[in-house]
Amino acid sequence: MPEESGRKGWLASLPNDSVAKTLVVAIGLCLVCSVIVSATAVALKPLQERNAALARKIQILKVADLMEEGGDVDALFSQVETRIVDFDTGQFTDAVDPETYNQHKASEDPATSIRVPPEQDIANIQRRARYAPIYLVREGDEIETIILPIHGYGLWSTMYGFLALAGDGRTVKGITFYEDGETPGLGGEINNPRWQARWEGKQVYDETGEARLRVIKGSPTAGSPEAVYQVDGLSGATLTANGVSFTIRYWMGDEAFGPFLAWLREEGGLS
Amino acid sequence: MSSSQRKILLSPVVDNNPITLQVLGICSALAVTTQLSTSVVMCLAVTAVLAASNVSVSLIRNHMPTNIRMIVQMVIIASLVIVVDQLLKAYAYDISKKLSVFVGLIITNCIVMGRTEAFASSNKPWPSLLDGIGHGLGYSAILLAVAVVRELFGSGKLFGHEIFPLVTDGGWYNPNGLMLLAPSAFFLIGLIIWGVRAWKPAQVEKREYQIKVVHRTEAI
Repeated sequence: MPEESGRKGWLASLPNDSVAKTLVVAIGLCLVCSVIVSATAVALKPLQERNAALARKIQILKVADLMEEGGDVDALFSQVETRIVDFDTGQFTDAVDPETYNQHKASEDPATSIRVPPEQDIANIQRRARYAPIYLVREGDEIETIILPIHGYGLWSTMYGFLALAGDGRTVKGITFYEDGETPGLGGEINNPRWQARWEGKQVYDETGEARLRVIKGSPTAGSPEAVYQVDGLSGATLTANGVSFTIRYWMGDEAFGPFLAWLREEGGLS
Repeated sequence: MSSSQRKILLSPVVDNNPITLQVLGICSALAVTTQLSTSVVMCLAVTAVLAASNVSVSLIRNHMPTNIRMIVQMVIIASLVIVVDQLLKAYAYDISKKLSVFVGLIITNCIVMGRTEAFASSNKPWPSLLDGIGHGLGYSAILLAVAVVRELFGSGKLFGHEIFPLVTDGGWYNPNGLMLLAPSAFFLIGLIIWGVRAWKPAQVEKREYQIKVVHRTEAI
């Protein structure tokens, strides 16, 4: 750094390999570098957080089919109501502020999360936060869309996404993934809008209330009664597709959003 | 700019290319070249880090204690890479997400450390800056060449714009899935190295050993 070389006098007269000079250079360099690094990090933090929040909102709007090209994200997002769901009760809670709650962070902290028992941990998430933010779009008094955050392990990485359900709490309106590290072109095709479009209209639950929706190998047979629970597979990405299936089954199941959706269907004024 | 300075700037592009001649920095060349847009950002990031780290190391070269020389260089490089990573997250969020860990991994890019150690620690700041930018350009040239081929033949696009309509969209082009996987970059870089060395035979390395035909009678 410049100030180091500009300094003359006793420091310059010291031999470079002396202990004193080594210490002075090491400490001085660390100080200068840490000031630069922390100043950048602090100065840019608000921008970065805004980017991350914006990216998340865009995903929610996209999955709810509310996104307009070139539209103002914050204005569009005002149609969406954020609520917090408590997995223990399967109902809404006001224990945390929906604006600031971070499910990702909460699931790492033992105080705000539970350890998922291995036999239930089909989505391979290890810890699950007690609360989850969900997003509702209302049409008058009726709930039109329910958007649920989901995540699970694919082949290489944890895939984070949203599943949008119609007002009946069963029919899929859309799916999206906003963070994954799957192989581009193979597992990464979970981000392909054409594949995501194939989820529309599928049913999550069968008559017995079991979460049946999954990705299969190949295409579902047209006309088969099973076809409403099946989504076309991704060729060359069996393990990622399995990961997606397990993620859906876990989050829609009894351990996660299952009881909440059942409650919403009965009590919450869902058609 | 004198001719020796121009040589410092331009010789790494072909004659002394860090990837094809020195065969450094291959790891990121494999990882980020599936798309042209990520490659461009990666090239800019690496060039910026190379130039800035070369200048910084060159400025303190006369006060560098030999015992901790490498650590000093590493600290400077690591700090610069973090700064670049933070800038990308703030101003190019989508691309920084696609590049994920690879920006952070510039710290371990052998070209950066190689240049600070081989050039900047014994040269003045201005030539060091030119050397850093020159090696950045050399790295970029190869990365962009590989990325153009991979994105065009792997997904029929360039910068995300459709060039070859894909069969899946009702077009005629059936994409080559291999191009999206890391080994294809190995093949492409291999082909480029072959091409460059056929064009400039001076770059061909001397054989380390020679296989000799031995007559049966001699062997006995």
